[in-house]
Amino acid sequence: MGALGDATRRAIFELLAEGPRPVGEIAKELPVTRPAVSQHLKVLKEAGLVIDHQSGTRRLYQLNPEGVGALRAYFDRFWNQALVSFKHAVEEQNEEER
Amino acid sequence: MSTQISEATVRTSIVVDAPIEKTFSVFTEGIGTWWSPDHHILQSELAEMVFEPRVGGHVYDRGVDGSECRWARVLAYDPPNGFVISWDINLQWQLESDSARTSEVEVRFVAEEPNRTRVELEHRNLDRHGEGWEQMRDAVGSPDGWAVGLQHFADRVRA
Repeated sequence: MGALGDATRRAIFELLAEGPRPVGEIAKELPVTRPAVSQHLKVLKEAGLVIDHQSGTRRLYQLNPEGVGALRAYFDRFWNQALVSFKHAVEEQNEEER
Repeated sequence: MSTQISEATVRTSIVVDAPIEKTFSVFTEGIGTWWSPDHHILQSELAEMVFEPRVGGHVYDRGVDGSECRWARVLAYDPPNGFVISWDINLQWQLESDSARTSEVEVRFVAEEPNRTRVELEHRNLDRHGEGWEQMRDAVGSPDGWAVGLQHFADRVRA
């Protein structure tokens, strides 16, 4: 739980749910520095949620396909987005009736 | 919105500005009005989504060609307080017929004010889907996969 208790780490995790990425690419998409991203990735790796491997000259980070960590991350993102669209729909329909 | 992740379970919640009865009915019988049109495993084009309002019923998608995809069983139904459905979709993104290998989604509705309702969602027993997450990720990460659909939907909601 600790590893994903941090909003930035969760954002990194959700980015990786879209596919493997190198550190630089993650840093570009989030308002954090590259060293900070590296630090967060270290925590995620230690928690067993993320693995890395060398691909040519780049080191790619990806969600750990073993276990349920990545599945949780996927559904976390899935339901958060679903609930946002639900909120939008129910408030609109409620407004129409008032 | 807040999120908490624990072993094999995803929990999230959101507060909406609507009465509890309305919130429950839009979430269930009105599921087709908010569920992403891209989040379906039906082969054919989607005609409608149906949430059968009773224990033993199903949540299913109906295609324009009449085909049906029953992707959830209604395990508990207590309007307007909540419901539990099974998640009968496996990691290969196909219907799972073995209920021992399906997860569960519980949604609870709590009235905070007459026109404000908190929706609490728990997707549990994710470990029952077993190994094979990578295939699911590859499927949803493909150009026509769910990830793109989600992004598309989030963009539309923000617009």
